[in-house]
Amino acid sequence: MATVPWDGAIPELLREHLGAAVLDTHLYVDQPFAVLTLAAMLPALELLHAEADFDYLVDITAVDYPKRECRFDLVYIVYSHSRNQRVRLKAQVPANQKPLSAVPIFLGANWLEREVFDMFGIEFAGHPNLTRILMPDEWSGFPLRKDYGIIQMDNTWVKNNLGIESGQ
Amino acid sequence: MTTSPDANELVLNMGPQHPSTHGVLRIVLKLDGERVKSTECIIGYLHRGVEKIAENRTYVQFAPYVDRMDYLAAVSNGLGYCLAVEKLMNSVAPPRAQAVRVILTELNRIASHLLWLGTHALDIGAITPLFYTLREREEVLKIFENYCGARLTTHAFRIGGLQYELYEGFEQQVNAFCDQFPAKVDEYEELLGGNRIWRERLRGVGVLDAATCKRYGVTGPMLRAAGVPWDLRKAQPYSGYEQYEFEVPTRSSGDTLDRYFVRLDEMRQSVRIVRQAVANIPTGPIMAKIAKVIKPPVGEAYVSIEAPKGELGYFIVSDGSTHPYRLRVRPPSFVNLQALDHMAKGALVADVVAIIGTIDIVLGEVDR
Repeated sequence: MATVPWDGAIPELLREHLGAAVLDTHLYVDQPFAVLTLAAMLPALELLHAEADFDYLVDITAVDYPKRECRFDLVYIVYSHSRNQRVRLKAQVPANQKPLSAVPIFLGANWLEREVFDMFGIEFAGHPNLTRILMPDEWSGFPLRKDYGIIQMDNTWVKNNLGIESGQ
Repeated sequence: MTTSPDANELVLNMGPQHPSTHGVLRIVLKLDGERVKSTECIIGYLHRGVEKIAENRTYVQFAPYVDRMDYLAAVSNGLGYCLAVEKLMNSVAPPRAQAVRVILTELNRIASHLLWLGTHALDIGAITPLFYTLREREEVLKIFENYCGARLTTHAFRIGGLQYELYEGFEQQVNAFCDQFPAKVDEYEELLGGNRIWRERLRGVGVLDAATCKRYGVTGPMLRAAGVPWDLRKAQPYSGYEQYEFEVPTRSSGDTLDRYFVRLDEMRQSVRIVRQAVANIPTGPIMAKIAKVIKPPVGEAYVSIEAPKGELGYFIVSDGSTHPYRLRVRPPSFVNLQALDHMAKGALVADVVAIIGTIDIVLGEVDR
């Protein structure tokens, strides 16, 4: 299956306001997605929220590509109730750059960003309370990174808190 | 129990072992007398790393794991997963499989709402309804058991369709359930909704208006109780939902009482859908023609369904191999629970229990 170009009001709106920061707009299996630079991500969310009525942040997540120069893909899914349309925005996260928190636009981003931080170690600048959410606070390591093994764990934490040598 | 620098503020730890938290949810309540100033949810006690496991299993092997997230709506979880993988493979389940999927998923919605109703009432102090709701839920679980051998973690569907043909007497059993069930819903409504104590206990508690719902990303019955008639089965139909006639029940005030009414109405609508579906199950194959080894082409897709608790989504990245490169679950309970702080602020301590109940969380899904 191949991607097909995505035309319409939304990609035009993005290109008009963000110009060259919009790297790619395509459809894959009928699902629209836009690839942006990381710096343009928050402006794009703001724009879609204010101008195109994308009022519901469905999800934020990340994908780890350890061999790539910019290791992580950050993925935002937004939905517009009035348009009944769902759009996916993606950006690569350069090593020296922190993504901005989307909490000022969507309150629901709070826990979603905390989970991305917890699992991938991506820090969001301006987040009100960027702490681990699913893993214990003192845990070291980020489980959803590709170099974190499936049975790997923080043995020190396990020893100190559970009083056993290993959880396996 | 400790006191903090503000002499009037009391910090109270609720859970993780607490009967009203429906699992292992810990909430740190900051109180001023009987009033809640703020709440902080501490979650993760049931974290099993489902998304990590997915990367280390084949697509087929991972399917049973999704049942263990929202274990009260295992069928919905399975449907969402199968649809997501099918989307990546560009295949569609045959009509017969789609109809059976709809029947089982709607029955599961009823079962999930029934357990919610019973435990929610129990939390608030009405003990009796739980026995009635469990009695009706049992009938649904019997159908699941007859169909696939399991009652709770059903693993009823397969990627591409169904594993099993229907058993003899399936239609009769489902119809028998549909015949007797609506009267039972009326009975619950009489027992609870007609009860002044119940109404006064829930009215105006945990109000969440439509705008706030959207800002938090809250979906499902909570959003509909705030007056937004948004249901993925209508907005973006999947698995043939566009063929069935049903309404999306809504209420307007977005409080705990309205959420109770919305869920009751949803059970009635589910019966309506099941009746239509079971009357016209198409004949034909139950599996689409898909490869024995499932290897979706390189690409990514997000597919979501209307689970009993809200929008349940799967975002899968395929690298063309037999294992998902990345599988993300967008759990409705996790996102909806985030609104707890907003709902509980200014409420009485005793109402916190009602507010947790009304969100309808399953910690297995919150923590994954």
